[in-house]
Amino acid sequence: MESLFLVIATLCYLCATVGYLVYLFRDLEQLHRISWTIMLVGALFHGAALVMRTANTGSLPVSTIQDALCMFAWVFVVTYLILQIRLQLRILGSFVSPLAVVFMLSSSLLPSQVMLKSQFFKSGWLIMHVGSLFFANALFALAFSVGIMYLLQERHIKKKNFGFLYERLPSLERLDSIAHYCVLSGFPLMTAGLITGFAYAAIVWHSPWNWDPKEILSLITWIIYAVLVHERLAVGWRGRRAAWLSILGFAAIVLTFVGASLLLGGHHSGKM
Amino acid sequence: MAHIVLLGMSHKTASVEIREQLAVACRKEVNPLHMLPHLDHVDELVFLSTCNRVEFLFTCSSFAEGVREIKSVLRTHVGLPSTVPLDSYLYIYEDLEAVKHLFMVASSLDSMIVGEPQILGQLKDAFRDAVEYRTVRVVLNRLLHKSFSVAKRVRTETCVGSCAVSVSYAAVELARKIFGDLREKSVLLIGAGEMAELAAEHFIRQGVRRMVVANRTLERAMELAGRFEAETVSFDRFLEELKVIDIVVSSTGSQEPIIQYQDVRSRMRERRNKPLFFIDIAVPRDIDPKVNEIDNVYVYDIDDLQGVIDLNKDERLNQAQKAEHIIDEETIKFRNWMNSLSAVPTIVSVREKAETIRQNELRKTFSQLPDLSDREKEAIEILTKSIIKKFLHDPIVFLKKKAQRNAQAVYMDFTQQLFNLIDDNGVDTAPIDSEGEDAEDQTLLKTAKK
Repeated sequence: MESLFLVIATLCYLCATVGYLVYLFRDLEQLHRISWTIMLVGALFHGAALVMRTANTGSLPVSTIQDALCMFAWVFVVTYLILQIRLQLRILGSFVSPLAVVFMLSSSLLPSQVMLKSQFFKSGWLIMHVGSLFFANALFALAFSVGIMYLLQERHIKKKNFGFLYERLPSLERLDSIAHYCVLSGFPLMTAGLITGFAYAAIVWHSPWNWDPKEILSLITWIIYAVLVHERLAVGWRGRRAAWLSILGFAAIVLTFVGASLLLGGHHSGKM
Repeated sequence: MAHIVLLGMSHKTASVEIREQLAVACRKEVNPLHMLPHLDHVDELVFLSTCNRVEFLFTCSSFAEGVREIKSVLRTHVGLPSTVPLDSYLYIYEDLEAVKHLFMVASSLDSMIVGEPQILGQLKDAFRDAVEYRTVRVVLNRLLHKSFSVAKRVRTETCVGSCAVSVSYAAVELARKIFGDLREKSVLLIGAGEMAELAAEHFIRQGVRRMVVANRTLERAMELAGRFEAETVSFDRFLEELKVIDIVVSSTGSQEPIIQYQDVRSRMRERRNKPLFFIDIAVPRDIDPKVNEIDNVYVYDIDDLQGVIDLNKDERLNQAQKAEHIIDEETIKFRNWMNSLSAVPTIVSVREKAETIRQNELRKTFSQLPDLSDREKEAIEILTKSIIKKFLHDPIVFLKKKAQRNAQAVYMDFTQQLFNLIDDNGVDTAPIDSEGEDAEDQTLLKTAKK
């Protein structure tokens, strides 16, 4: 049942992506509304599947890399759906929906690998750790999409060479401020996620820092975002550099999330 | 026969310093038109002064004498010492060339920004002044009216006019793509030219929060600031404004760039890297193109803006050629009218008119009286002929006598009106009230927006 729901959810995201890609070329509000609704339906099926899985196992379904990605994809889509209501930036869907599909597909294609035994996921600390990090990453993924939009639009204006996207993309300042708030709200969540992670590690392994590859990569990612937030707030960094840094940050997240679990060892990869 | 002469200087011939000096002088209370009664050789006079152009349009019996007198008027009026050489800045056009030049000016083809709409209004003001001072009579009255209708024709039949509007519209659109909402933004105008004014109007309509004007002559800056409820800043301190301003519209006549790479670069940190948008509508450019390389700084010059507008270069060139063709056509029409103002063609057409009437009336009479013998018919013909000849004798002698005078154009024009001799391409009644034109500008802006 749950895998059927997941397939339906993936198909919904795929349809929404097609709708939004068409929307890139044709400015039809109807198209956006339909795509957004399809995505919402997908998120409902997706959510239902996750609830079922949680009920079956009795813990949050994040113990394997697949489950974690699947869960993250859901958090990402929900974050987008909510933010879209607030931002009313329709074109954002064209950049976000493909990401959702990529997350869903990779969650089913990546090899199944147990990261942590599921009994660990009954701890409140760990739920906090995973929850806040997922939301932080979802916000950073949005900042990444917006960063790409910014760079595209900036290129149009700076090079004075106007492609078809120039008309469709919003103003630079709007994109920059969206990225700004995504990073600004994601950063405390990420910090909280890391702190709860250290606290949990201190309880389980009696040491908050174990030179685990994922820990090191997480710290690097955190430093990237810390630099970004600091420069934005203190120096007034914005625009192109900030966009590049948020793209770099998101690359670090992907590496931490997927790469470290698959390629490198450590207690996040179940080899304990 | 009277000469039409146009003497003046514009952004194409004179440096900005000279023009500014002229512009200041020309805004003095005294209009040079009041000098006309003291000029022996100049018959009619129109004086046009804008920030990019000072022109005297006059008619005179002797070209050399007229030019000499107007030059001295220019000198005394501006207060230039005779040591400053003026001739190198001046252009002088005679007769058809003067007519063509005036038409070009009126249709905004000679403007710094081709197609900017304000010049026509300024020309109308100049004409109104001349009417007030009673310095225009038949020829210039006719010529100015004609120039208004030519400008109108150029504007309706080509899109030269909408180009200028769309340049400043494109600037505003770009600003919206950079800043989004412009309501919280501030604009700095460097140089207070006509195009700057047009761009300023667009930005005001977008509701910008603050506007600052910097100009070499404070008087003009204050004038513009008054119109837009803006502040003024002294010309050597405008660089300081770069720390807070968001949009800069630059249109000075400076030969060298006035804003260099370092000027902007060094101020970016202080403005916390907030985006800065330069609109450089000056030719030559006011802003070093290298400034565009700075992060969060965007520089658009007039060519870039024109590139933004969908019209490609060929199309614009095509439109300009079309406009010039219209002007050539109208110049020839005007020449025909000018030629008709001498005595011989006037007398000929008076005679022709009388003869046509006579023929028509004879035909009617003969058809009503079919019994008339050939002799009787001949007698009636001779009778009518001599009536007309006797009746026209005095007017024709009068016209021939007046043909020797300078003011013959007045009498010829009067005669033509008296006998209703003007054919269709002669009469035209372009309105000189600017309200109608302004309303038209508004609609033009609206269509450009769509």
